[in-house]
Amino acid sequence: MDFELMINSFPKLLNAAVVTLKLLSVSLIVGLFIGLLFAILRLNKNIFINKFAYGYSYVFRGTPLLVQIFIIYFGLGQIESLRSSFLWLILKEPYWCAIIAFALNTGAYTSEILRSAFQTIKPGIIEAGKSLGISNKIIFYKVQIPIAIRQSLPAYGNEIILMLKGTSLASTVTLMDLTGVAKYIISTTFKPIEVFIVAGGIYLFMTFIIHNLIKFLEKKYSY
Amino acid sequence: MELLAFGDTGWGDELFRATLMTIAVSITAMLIGFSFAAIFTPLKLSKFKFLNLIANIYTTVIRGVPELLVIYLFFFGGSGAIMFFASMFGYNEYIEINAFVTGSFAIGIISGAYSTEVFRGAIQSIDKGQFEAAKVLGLSKFKQFYKIVLPQMLRLAIPNLSNVWQITLKDTSLISVTGLVEIMRQSYIAAGSTRDPLFFYSFAAVLYLLLTFISMKLINKLEVKYSRGY
Repeated sequence: MDFELMINSFPKLLNAAVVTLKLLSVSLIVGLFIGLLFAILRLNKNIFINKFAYGYSYVFRGTPLLVQIFIIYFGLGQIESLRSSFLWLILKEPYWCAIIAFALNTGAYTSEILRSAFQTIKPGIIEAGKSLGISNKIIFYKVQIPIAIRQSLPAYGNEIILMLKGTSLASTVTLMDLTGVAKYIISTTFKPIEVFIVAGGIYLFMTFIIHNLIKFLEKKYSY
Repeated sequence: MELLAFGDTGWGDELFRATLMTIAVSITAMLIGFSFAAIFTPLKLSKFKFLNLIANIYTTVIRGVPELLVIYLFFFGGSGAIMFFASMFGYNEYIEINAFVTGSFAIGIISGAYSTEVFRGAIQSIDKGQFEAAKVLGLSKFKQFYKIVLPQMLRLAIPNLSNVWQITLKDTSLISVTGLVEIMRQSYIAAGSTRDPLFFYSFAAVLYLLLTFISMKLINKLEVKYSRGY
């Protein structure tokens, strides 16, 4: 055991963990909106809209995240019209490519979580709102969405942790996140176990915090 | 379409072999995972707190750390560890383990952590009366497990194991970083030499979708088979 290396690499890895957290939070926020949008589309009665939303979540859940990142980072740059448009400012940056891929990926999982949450809302609650003369729009925003959010908290907590682990793939498109820096240190010092313990410890700590945060929210919003 | 031709002109046969490699790694990893689960599930259900702790550390660490980091640990640390053990037996030459073994072991350990949780949940949800009835009938320990617990456990575990299989299948794409030529690595090579990454990565996505689709169909059949009588 090389304890000196472990102590020396700790601040470097901690700095890299900030990058990981940035990637995670931005993609989760964007992913939540995408997920909500597609969950609503899934509940639409129009069969084409419904199938489209199902297809989106099927494709993104059925393929590895790595493929999705590579298609966006290496693949999209090939399209001539995209390169000349203003979108290229975003798509040439590996940081934004990774975030787009993560957001689309977590959006697909989130849409499934939210859809099943919407479907478990008892019809009686909606009917109660209707009989009170509340408009459909307000019922949706004030009744259905809060209940759905509470229902989906445990599953969404798992999704956050899966996404935290997913951000490690950003290192494959040259980003120096926690895994990227860990790999760099391993390949320069050839001390994989020491670096794994430190980097793994930081990941576990983040998982622990997220886990407890979700538990706290679950308690707070239980009814 | 010319890009996918079989033979020297296209990448069809290479991608076909790569797909077989992905399937082979996934199955090997899944089996390694089962053997890990066979060790750690009893530990999880044991009465001894210490054994519980060991099993909990295994599942918590593996499920809390990114797959890629575990793969790097095995990729860079694997041959070192083997050489360390070999040197204890007086063998000091350089040993290189191939990417297939490292990869399936890394993915296998990850898949094992998920399988352990699945099996633990399945055994815990079997009715207590079943264990008692088996004991009362005077069945031997082995027969209790093999004839009473295992069939019921499999019925409960198969839907969740199919999730573990999906995760394992998708995780194999990460082994491409170690240079094992599976779907992802082959697409990377093809994309590099033809300068057509969009096509090859999209094709890789289609291959993965096909694999998940077919395996879902097969697992559904298995599910029907094991829930006979319910």
